[in-house]
Amino acid sequence: MAYLNITELQKHYDNYHALRGINLAIDEGEFIVFVGPSGCGKSTLLRTIAGLESSTGGTIELDGRDITELSSSKRDLAMVFQSYALYPHMSVADNLSFALRLAKEEQSVIDEKVKSVSASLQLDKLLERKPKELSGGQRQRVAIGRAIVRQPKVFLFDEPLSNLDAALRVQMRLELARLHKKLGTTMIYVTHDQVEAMTLADRVVILNAGQIEQVGTPLELYRSPNSRFVAEFIGTPKMNLIELDNVVREADTLHLKLLNASIDFPVARTHGPLPDKVVMGVRPEHMHIVEAGGDLIGKVELIEHLGSEAYTHIRLANGQTVIVKASARTTIKDGEEVHINVDREEVILFNENDRVFSVIAEDASHE
Amino acid sequence: MKRSITRLLMAPSVVLLLAWMIVPLSMTIYFSTINYNLLYPGRNNFVGWMNFEFFVTDPGFWIAVSNTLILLISVLVITVVLGVALSALIDKPFFGRNIVRVLLISPFFIMPTVNALIWKNMMMNPVYGIFAWISNSLGLEPIDWLSDYPLMSIIIMVSWQWLPFAILVFVTALQSQDTEQKEAAQMDGANGWHIFRYLTVPHLARPIAVVVMIETIFLLAVFAEIYVSTGGGPGYDSTNLAYLIYNQALLQYDVGVASAGGLFAVLLANIVAFFLIRAVGKNLTV
Repeated sequence: MAYLNITELQKHYDNYHALRGINLAIDEGEFIVFVGPSGCGKSTLLRTIAGLESSTGGTIELDGRDITELSSSKRDLAMVFQSYALYPHMSVADNLSFALRLAKEEQSVIDEKVKSVSASLQLDKLLERKPKELSGGQRQRVAIGRAIVRQPKVFLFDEPLSNLDAALRVQMRLELARLHKKLGTTMIYVTHDQVEAMTLADRVVILNAGQIEQVGTPLELYRSPNSRFVAEFIGTPKMNLIELDNVVREADTLHLKLLNASIDFPVARTHGPLPDKVVMGVRPEHMHIVEAGGDLIGKVELIEHLGSEAYTHIRLANGQTVIVKASARTTIKDGEEVHINVDREEVILFNENDRVFSVIAEDASHE
Repeated sequence: MKRSITRLLMAPSVVLLLAWMIVPLSMTIYFSTINYNLLYPGRNNFVGWMNFEFFVTDPGFWIAVSNTLILLISVLVITVVLGVALSALIDKPFFGRNIVRVLLISPFFIMPTVNALIWKNMMMNPVYGIFAWISNSLGLEPIDWLSDYPLMSIIIMVSWQWLPFAILVFVTALQSQDTEQKEAAQMDGANGWHIFRYLTVPHLARPIAVVVMIETIFLLAVFAEIYVSTGGGPGYDSTNLAYLIYNQALLQYDVGVASAGGLFAVLLANIVAFFLIRAVGKNLTV
């Protein structure tokens, strides 16, 4: 039995079906990230767990207790909001102790907890200040501190870093990861930033149009997505999706035909019948520019130098563009004709419904 | 060069405003120092402080001052407390909220004279008023509001008139309250009362200050309600400063004393404003 169990959760607005049957089991101490494009229902799901939105169907169980109908104040959850939602008329100390004061804790206990939390978040010198006298990062820490002080069963984060500048965001991301290690409390985190999702999560939940698209560790999602949606959503730059001209099956091997190329692919790594139209997915780092004799030939349109690496945008003869990762000191020029090799082990195949019907090489070899 | 052009362009409005203020004020000051009674024309000799002495020693003077302050403070308390409570009540969406809002705001559109007439004739009349009818149907003796509780009646009328203004300001202010803060408080275990007490009331501090300031300006000069309903009476029981000045000027035709009274009212307004700005003004800078 998992710690937090969500079963068939539904949320209808007047004319909008926001959550379409969410099933999710979260273990104690996990760091779960909900990620997806805007409007996918990730914030609604979090707010429904928090009790700020009522569900229209399904159940939520926390630690063996059904909390579906419980008011959010009784759920024993703490939430960090995107706008931080600090109480503007209270000092930092009062913000931190608000929940404890409402719960009528002893003053000595309150002081003790506020002191230890403010020390661990480096807020001890700011306790007398009002929220508007703090910087963005400090406000963020107060919001986190306000959640920690209560020692809730689960922390909920609603895009907490999106209002910070880039440098601070990276720093706070690290602090959050450290905090999770230290506290070991279950955390649910909503973001639209896949880098945050990949770096923070134990498991990532990808949502699309009110449904869970895929759940898995960041690496699982990156290496073996279930669908085109996940494949495109995770990874920067995006995975190359190349429409194949034709696929020919010959004994145990599929010949993936594209222009003049034919890439061999073992049948053992696919499941289900062979679809009529196949799209091949390859990540930029799994394609290599070679001197000669590559699988594909194309013309370089643009090179993006990122310092540590370079991404070359290459147009194939049939007009499709692929992005290939090259070394930082590549000497390729715009307009040059290049040969590309494809890592066969990392190729993923999609059917016409955009579902993946292949497995990556390692998994196949285990069978 | 540029500065002088700016000044030149501003001059007409500044001069106009200044004249608008200076002329009546200086005329009032002038009248207050001469013997100026409409019943005895032509004897406008200089009398120094005598008009002030007459006004201050008038038997109604101290009653009028205290009535003015009682009226001011009572109406402020009633409109602010009820205004905050009512606007918090209608902040959440419910069926027919828009109609309720319009009804709550509508007394503000009614002229003070009409307001007083409504209360005098339809509500408080001891024979056919609604209050009398309620008392009668409960088997009680009807109360003659305007003669037995004249100042209280005026307070009720003026509060009814000004409550919509307070509600209007507070409802607008509540709409700018951050919903995430309320949700955060909810997650922190706060119930509705806690949210009201610790988030809504502090959030309303500034609008309350604004309402108090603006209402004070108008409440120091309440006149129409008194004129139409009680006529300042019985005796001086519902006479405030504005009504006393009117009494001097138009009932006793003594413009000199009335002008002295007017200057005293200016003085009182400044004293009240001084304390008021010290009390609530610091909310405005937060």
